[in-house]
Amino acid sequence: MPRGVRNRLVMLAATAVLLAAGGCAEDPTLTSGTGGGNTIKVGILHSLSGTMAISEVTVRDAELLAIEEINAAGGLLGKQIEPVVEDGASDWPTFAEKAQKLISQDKVATVFGGWTSASRKAMLPVFERNKALLWYPVQYEGLESSPYIFYTGATTNQQIVPGLDYLKEQGKKSIFLVGSDYVFPRTANKIIKAYAAANGMTVLGEEYTPLGHTEYSTVVNKLQQAKPDAVFNTLNGDSNVAFFKQLRSAGITAAAMPTVSVSVAEEEVVGIGPDNIAGHLVAWNYYQTTSGARNDTFVKAFKSKYGTAKVTSDPMEAGYNAVYLWAESVKKAGSVEVEAVKKASAGISLETPEGTVTIDGENQHVFKTARIGLVQPDGQIKEVWNSGKPIKPDPYLKGYPWATSLS
Amino acid sequence: MATLNQLVIGASIGAVLLLIALGLTFTFGQMGVINMAHGEFIMAGAYTAYLLQPLVGTQSVVVALPVAFGVAGVLGLILERLAIRHFYGRPLDTLLLTWGISLILQQVARDIFGAPNVQVRAPGWLTGGLDLGGVRLPYNRVFIMVLAAGCVVAIWLYLTRLRHGRRMRAVMQNRQLAAVSGVATERVDQLTFFIGSGLAGVAGVALTLIGPVGPTLGTNYIVDAFLVVVAGGLGQLRGAVIAAFALGILNSFVEFWVDNGASFAKVVVFAVIIGFLQVRPQGMFVVRTRALS
Repeated sequence: MPRGVRNRLVMLAATAVLLAAGGCAEDPTLTSGTGGGNTIKVGILHSLSGTMAISEVTVRDAELLAIEEINAAGGLLGKQIEPVVEDGASDWPTFAEKAQKLISQDKVATVFGGWTSASRKAMLPVFERNKALLWYPVQYEGLESSPYIFYTGATTNQQIVPGLDYLKEQGKKSIFLVGSDYVFPRTANKIIKAYAAANGMTVLGEEYTPLGHTEYSTVVNKLQQAKPDAVFNTLNGDSNVAFFKQLRSAGITAAAMPTVSVSVAEEEVVGIGPDNIAGHLVAWNYYQTTSGARNDTFVKAFKSKYGTAKVTSDPMEAGYNAVYLWAESVKKAGSVEVEAVKKASAGISLETPEGTVTIDGENQHVFKTARIGLVQPDGQIKEVWNSGKPIKPDPYLKGYPWATSLS
Repeated sequence: MATLNQLVIGASIGAVLLLIALGLTFTFGQMGVINMAHGEFIMAGAYTAYLLQPLVGTQSVVVALPVAFGVAGVLGLILERLAIRHFYGRPLDTLLLTWGISLILQQVARDIFGAPNVQVRAPGWLTGGLDLGGVRLPYNRVFIMVLAAGCVVAIWLYLTRLRHGRRMRAVMQNRQLAAVSGVATERVDQLTFFIGSGLAGVAGVALTLIGPVGPTLGTNYIVDAFLVVVAGGLGQLRGAVIAAFALGILNSFVEFWVDNGASFAKVVVFAVIIGFLQVRPQGMFVVRTRALS
């Protein structure tokens, strides 16, 4: 390497280290959030660039919509909510760094953010150390319950377990697991295998591909050889597009080998192409088609703010709910102070687009109704089954005897 | 039968690898420019097919092939004129520069088309597949193989039969000698960059048939493209062809034989290439030249 280049690289690295250190050197004071006079600052921290932007940008949009609605209705404790938006850039250390910045520099009252479990795990110690609050809006693999995180997406017993119950009910005896190679699919599949073993289902195979993988012919060939009754799909992001396109061009139909996906919602269906995924199943707690006046207003408000071609999906709705649930807790507490909000949050119940959602004070997750949906040729998802009532969150699956070996 | 199927799959992976790497055999292979924004030219090609969709319907993939060649080519030309030409002979600086540009282009795409993937509908005649006694050959894969073969033939004819192509080889093999012989080397550089980037656009259109169309499309393929060119030998068309199919077939069989083999196949491919480059640091085929020394 020529010396000039090396010197520049060294300088670049040094600058990067300094910048990173600067983020942590701040005095970790307790959050106040009310310091800014007539506004309450809240942080919004999602990936607005990089590979995860594909999913997280719209969650940010939904959260901003909720803030705008609350402000239009008179604000919170007589003050307007002021969002401070930061970009996690699909990079886990950046999430931790930006979380610290929001807490100590912007002194936000709370943060709404994250998508991948990796980003949540990176932020968790920051929030615990600073005794600050994070609202995490995405379904995840469970087995976690931080006192400084509220989980408004589904835990496993509200999404994956109902998905498996549905397959069992449909008489599917053998399944094949396809997932991206990181913490969520691996943990989810551990749970699925424990469930299968206890419920007389056979797991014919288990395949993981790197995030961003786009070549699925071989996985499809393995599916053709194994001939499972159903496929449980925990692929994330772009890979789903490649998987469903290639599944279809290999001549495998949803009727012959249905898949259940837990990370494919309305928005992903657009990118996959409804033709390529119609007839396959998904498991969530909310669809754009979920009936109810509250959902109608949400869908209408979202479309009028962001465009009629936009669709709403489960993680967006969970992000939207998170803002309202926090606002309700603040109202009840009469303050944005973290411990007071936490204390007030227990049992808060709200009418949301997905129906009634209640915060479980024990683990700071929420009661949610599980819904199995069938992808339609127009890209919308039709509900084919629901749990009837909101399911109590059970992140460690303590209520399931077959799951005792997991936690 | 599964093995035979896997051979076909390997060949079709090879065709994809070849298609994404062909453009690089020009910009990287011929000119020695490490263009990290090559992936974003692939993305530009894919979005071209998306934009043509409302105008020409489901046949947009076919119509988009020549248009995307032009769009990506012009993008490449602009990049070459505005930035890269100031960095010729400084490969490491070019790498950083083009990496930055690739990030900018990704964000531009995200701002224009939105962060989520968009849908490019395949023409009806590309959705089915051929069944050859249990071996399934999807039409879209056949299309990609034919397209890759067509591009290779066209490039070969260009490089060997046309005056422009011969000039390009002359400049690559000895820039000074070509210049004193009256070849306008700067013009040749522009044309080379145009063709190389244009080929990325063509690859992008083809990829809409099998993969996602979004702002990060290019990053999914860029490393594989460089692997093919490096393993094949810089500037060597037949090297790229052989390397693409060898890597495709190796990848498909390792992934098939090993349970949960997708990551493992990548490891094996990398290990094989590293091992191979220890024995033949210049890749499969070498042109004796002073251009890159």
